[in-house]
Amino acid sequence: MFSLLAEMFSYAFLTRAVIVGLLVSLCAALLGVSLVLKRYSMIGAGLSNVGFGALAVAAAFNAAPLMISIPVVVLAAFLLLRLNERSRIKGDAAIALISTSALAIGVAVVSATTGMNTDVCNYMFGSILAMSQSDVRLSIALASGVFLLFILFYRQIFAVTFDEAFARATGVNASLYNSLLAVLTAVTIALGMRMMGALLISSLIIFPALTAMRLCKQFRTVAVCSAIISVAGFLSGIICSYAYATPTGASVVIANILLFLLFWAAGLARERGFF
Amino acid sequence: MLVFACQNTSFAYENRTVLSGLNFRVQSGDYLCVIGENGSGKSTLLKGLLNLEPVKSGRIIRGLPAGELGYLPQTSAAQKDFPASVYEAALSGRLGRRGFRPFYSRADKNAAQECLQKVNLWPLRRRCFRELSGGQQRRALLARALCAAGSCLVLDEPEAGLDRKSAAEMRRLLKRLNQAGLTIIMASHDLNYALKEAGQILHLQNRQLFYGAAGDYPRSRPGRKLRGGKNV
Ligand SMILES: Nc1ncnc2c1ncn2[C@@H]1O[C@H](COP(=O)(O)OP(=O)(O)OP(=O)(O)O)[C@@H](O)[C@H]1O
Ligand SMILES: [Mg+2]
Repeated sequence: MFSLLAEMFSYAFLTRAVIVGLLVSLCAALLGVSLVLKRYSMIGAGLSNVGFGALAVAAAFNAAPLMISIPVVVLAAFLLLRLNERSRIKGDAAIALISTSALAIGVAVVSATTGMNTDVCNYMFGSILAMSQSDVRLSIALASGVFLLFILFYRQIFAVTFDEAFARATGVNASLYNSLLAVLTAVTIALGMRMMGALLISSLIIFPALTAMRLCKQFRTVAVCSAIISVAGFLSGIICSYAYATPTGASVVIANILLFLLFWAAGLARERGFF
Repeated sequence: MLVFACQNTSFAYENRTVLSGLNFRVQSGDYLCVIGENGSGKSTLLKGLLNLEPVKSGRIIRGLPAGELGYLPQTSAAQKDFPASVYEAALSGRLGRRGFRPFYSRADKNAAQECLQKVNLWPLRRRCFRELSGGQQRRALLARALCAAGSCLVLDEPEAGLDRKSAAEMRRLLKRLNQAGLTIIMASHDLNYALKEAGQILHLQNRQLFYGAAGDYPRSRPGRKLRGGKNV
């Protein structure tokens, strides 16, 4: 086991990938708590499709992938948030509309230019080899920023998640914190999808929060617990992926599923009074 | 000092006017009771004062920053399956006045403890909000409102769902707070109580039927119609 780890971290690119992955999992888990509770889980899935479209276009024009995908995904996040504020039902449809449109445009651009090559496959399913060194530096900076902002504004995010009307009425700038949440989510998704893939990144947001909620009953413990779960899921996933040459994204998701089942069973056991 | 003033204010949902012709002023230290039947527009008015509903016409003058206000909604938007402890919920009432300062201070935590003690929920502070009974949840939200209220408290039917003892305690608490200078605006269906405790009465029926001192209400036309004492 330890020799395996030592071997893994002897590769510089793997070490970098693990660092970025850890930061992204941490951010995704923290933001996920709010998003799941706000019934915004689908936004993660929607945004990752937009991210895929943006990456495809970036590849077609030989542009730096993150430079294109981050602004586009942030823009889409704002749009979805606005639509969601207006009316809940339409917001749901709007997510499907925007995400499938972005996916279609992405696929069209890909087939018109490079064709379905490994790059595109990586965008869909993720790859730890996908990141260049400058990407990695940018990712580390952004992910640390997301993490810091979440810690600083954790209380405000709790308040607008728990009861937005009350927060508004008593002088909390709810729109500002909703926007903050949207931007942080968008950046996290754009960063994470290179590694996890467009199809799987939203699981990084949804799973840890849902898993933590099986057992924890306070917002703070849910946030801390889902961060730990997310990091544990990511590490075991990536180690497994290295040891058995399985795809990274899928391995991480499967690790998260196992953790969820474990917590679910523990939650049931507690309800039945086993401990 | 002026807290709220309505000048010919009206409210509408999707162009259907539900409340119009509002003209009244709330001064600091007032205890205003808003009465009226179901659907008469009490909650709409309170939300309008708090800037949660846009006015259709006329205007509302607000003398206090929103950070000074506490609010107890009639039905809370707080989500049913939300993992939050009672303490976390009450403490969140202090946020409005903190602006962008990120962490809670000792004073905030003390205030939250005091407010939870006032509603007798301090022993349950670690419990999950969603696992409390309906009346306990109301009291937790009342504690949050108390935490938030720097100088004005807006309550939408605070006695709803409380047992006799808790309701009586809450009324004593409100009276004490009002005597200490807190402005209170509350919607209620308990006319007896409103006449006894409140300083001013605002009677709504999709328009303003009466606004004035509580002592003048029984002699007024809408007051006589209600034959004093019957609940609205
Ligand atoms: N969100 C809404 N959309 C459309 N109409 C609404 C909405 N909320 C309230 N109304 C309408 O506005 C009117 C006033 O409602 P409001 O909730 O202010 O009454 P209320 O006096 O608080 O009643 P209650 O005593 O039952 O609490 C009612 O006719 C109601 O149907
Ligand atoms: Mg009402």
